Amino acid sequence: MPIEPKKHPMPVQDPKVRAHNFDEVALGYDEKTAVAEAARCLNCKNRPCVAGCPVNISIPEFISKVKTGDFEEAYKIISVSSSLPAVCGRVCPQETQCESKCTLGIKFEPVAIGRLERFVADYHNKHFEGILSVPVSNGHKVAVIGSGPSGLTCAGDLAKKGYKVSVFEALHTAGGVLVYGIPEFRLPKDIVKEEVEALKQYGVEIDTNVVIGKTLTIDELFEMGYEAVFIGSGAGLPRFMGIPGESLKGVYSANEFLTRSNLMKAYKDGSDTPIMHAKRVAVVGGGNVAMDAARTALRLGAESVHIIYRRSMEELPARREEVEHAEEEGIVFDILRNPVEIVGYHNPDDRRDPKNGFVTGVKVIKCELGEPDEQGRRRPVEVPGSEYIIDVDCVIMSIGTSPNPLIKNTTEGLDVNRRGGIIVEEATGKTSKEGVYAGGDAVTGAATVILAMGAGKTAAKAIDEYLQSK
Amino acid sequence: MYEIKSKRALNSTVTMMDIYAPLVAKKAQPGQFVILRVDEDGERIPLTVAGYDRQAGTVKIIFQIVGATTMKLNSKEVGESLSDFCGPLGCATETDGLKKVCIVGGGVGCAIALPVAQKLHELGCEVHSVIGFRNKDLLILEEEFAACSDKLTVMTDDGSYGRKGVVTEPLKEALEGGENYDRIITIGPLIMMKFVVATAKPFGVPVTVSMNPIMIDGTGMCGGCRLTVGGKTKFACVDGPDFDGYEVDFDEAMDRSRMYCDFESREREKTCNLFKKEAE
Repeated sequence: MPIEPKKHPMPVQDPKVRAHNFDEVALGYDEKTAVAEAARCLNCKNRPCVAGCPVNISIPEFISKVKTGDFEEAYKIISVSSSLPAVCGRVCPQETQCESKCTLGIKFEPVAIGRLERFVADYHNKHFEGILSVPVSNGHKVAVIGSGPSGLTCAGDLAKKGYKVSVFEALHTAGGVLVYGIPEFRLPKDIVKEEVEALKQYGVEIDTNVVIGKTLTIDELFEMGYEAVFIGSGAGLPRFMGIPGESLKGVYSANEFLTRSNLMKAYKDGSDTPIMHAKRVAVVGGGNVAMDAARTALRLGAESVHIIYRRSMEELPARREEVEHAEEEGIVFDILRNPVEIVGYHNPDDRRDPKNGFVTGVKVIKCELGEPDEQGRRRPVEVPGSEYIIDVDCVIMSIGTSPNPLIKNTTEGLDVNRRGGIIVEEATGKTSKEGVYAGGDAVTGAATVILAMGAGKTAAKAIDEYLQSK
Repeated sequence: MYEIKSKRALNSTVTMMDIYAPLVAKKAQPGQFVILRVDEDGERIPLTVAGYDRQAGTVKIIFQIVGATTMKLNSKEVGESLSDFCGPLGCATETDGLKKVCIVGGGVGCAIALPVAQKLHELGCEVHSVIGFRNKDLLILEEEFAACSDKLTVMTDDGSYGRKGVVTEPLKEALEGGENYDRIITIGPLIMMKFVVATAKPFGVPVTVSMNPIMIDGTGMCGGCRLTVGGKTKFACVDGPDFDGYEVDFDEAMDRSRMYCDFESREREKTCNLFKKEAE
């Protein structure tokens, strides 16, 4: 049988319909499509895809189980390496990882590994009713700070080895960026909940409302009997540009806008938490978070949403698929533009005018691409005199974060770099403080879910070795 | 879950509760705050710590019933629980080395000022307190302030109790009379704190203000609580809530605090109606 040259397409909600709802955009393969897609895998000997996966899932092995319709077996193979398959199948940038290495991809489109992973995880979550085998306790206690992708992965891996793991979460719900950051239409919160529940079955305990650095310190965790600590506390404080007008009402950080919508469910009617339902929105930045914020604003009822990005479409750091989805939904890309000021309403005759202090527009300046910077990306150069105002009533700043100082300030002997990121030994996640490991955005600054998971996995292995040799 | 161990109405719009939260009680310091949710799907609201009992594991909160969430909170009784109670957040009020301080509290802000006054008193600092309310019915914590203040002045806007007038009047008199305060610590409505700063300025006395902007996470993640302090963007949740009063841009803070006015009044109406219906 000749090889199908293209991936089986992912069924998606119609862009016109989905622009007005928060339901998941990508609908997932059915069994027949999954089996057919799995049949495209060459099952090649050198398995380049596995090396492309930050958590090294045995990809050809799970795909060959899908091929024969043995979906639960496929799930078992994935879960040896990944604690959050339903999440990764949805949000991993497979096109630059496993799929970019696929042998089939040399001549044709690569195997849709991500879509198959998602199918397998969803199949398991829908059909599996038994209880996962709980490992025998080895008597050691480990504390994990943060229940985002790195923390959950680290916790899951250690629990499967028999460690008693407590995860401390600052917010009221477990999941970290998976619940406060990534929107429902890209990653339904029920899926995160199922993955967290699965970890609890392995004996992982989750303590919400505990802010490490405030409620408890790392030294106190050791006093409480934890023998090792993993810091997966995430990115931290949102950055602003430092331009005039950023304190006007209607200016949000992407973190705040998304937290209100996702974690606090402000997108739902009847939520106790307010959010602005703006008509015209500008999102500053070009990463995945910017795409999420733009598409959320659209679904909250915006008539127009502009992405303002200072480089060109080529340099957009967001995943290709997210950019395509955003374009299909009608998001406008104002590329080669940089905001210089946010302008607001001001009635000089009436200080009590309720419109006072609200955003009316964002003044941008046009840019051209100049010489490449140290990372090889061409530097945007502003064109003098090219400023103009885009009329908007809401501006969302999505230009990254700087590390949260809470843990650093309360943990003696924990070294951070000049940007405030925790310094670790790359191969182990080991920090400068004995028994303390770290990974994810707290180390690297804003990155991807799967890289954070990879770091959680690396640290779990190192923590196991450390405690076994003690 | 965080159980309500005691509840007392301080006046018709202000309620005091002790909440069982041993980890928070163990660490809490005057000036810090907590974030709570009354129930699942509720809003996260910040409330400043009004006291704590480390032995009993309880944290005292005092809140004014102003919106939907505080209305819901006030409907909870002893024995019931809050779904979330997180803290202590923010930095404690600096009290080191202070020998003579004037505490200026306004309305429910007095609840936050009290533990600061008590701590200073315990540290042997001379404490002068000026507390102000709209009228006699809204007066709270007079006895408690009397117990920890070397001098206490109670003000009401309408003169129905204590002295008639605003808190800045006795403060100005004291400063003019040569009271050499190391610091003035003021907690209350933004407009009041702004005028306390203006009153103190000619005398060059340092003023600490406690800011209470709109917040969500309270850990530095969202930036919703940002303020301009000394021309720089600061986050009240991690950099504050206390700031140098001379540096804070009060006009901007007042403007930002009105961001969700419309939504809040709608929600208040809805919740009011809900409680009315239940009562019927």
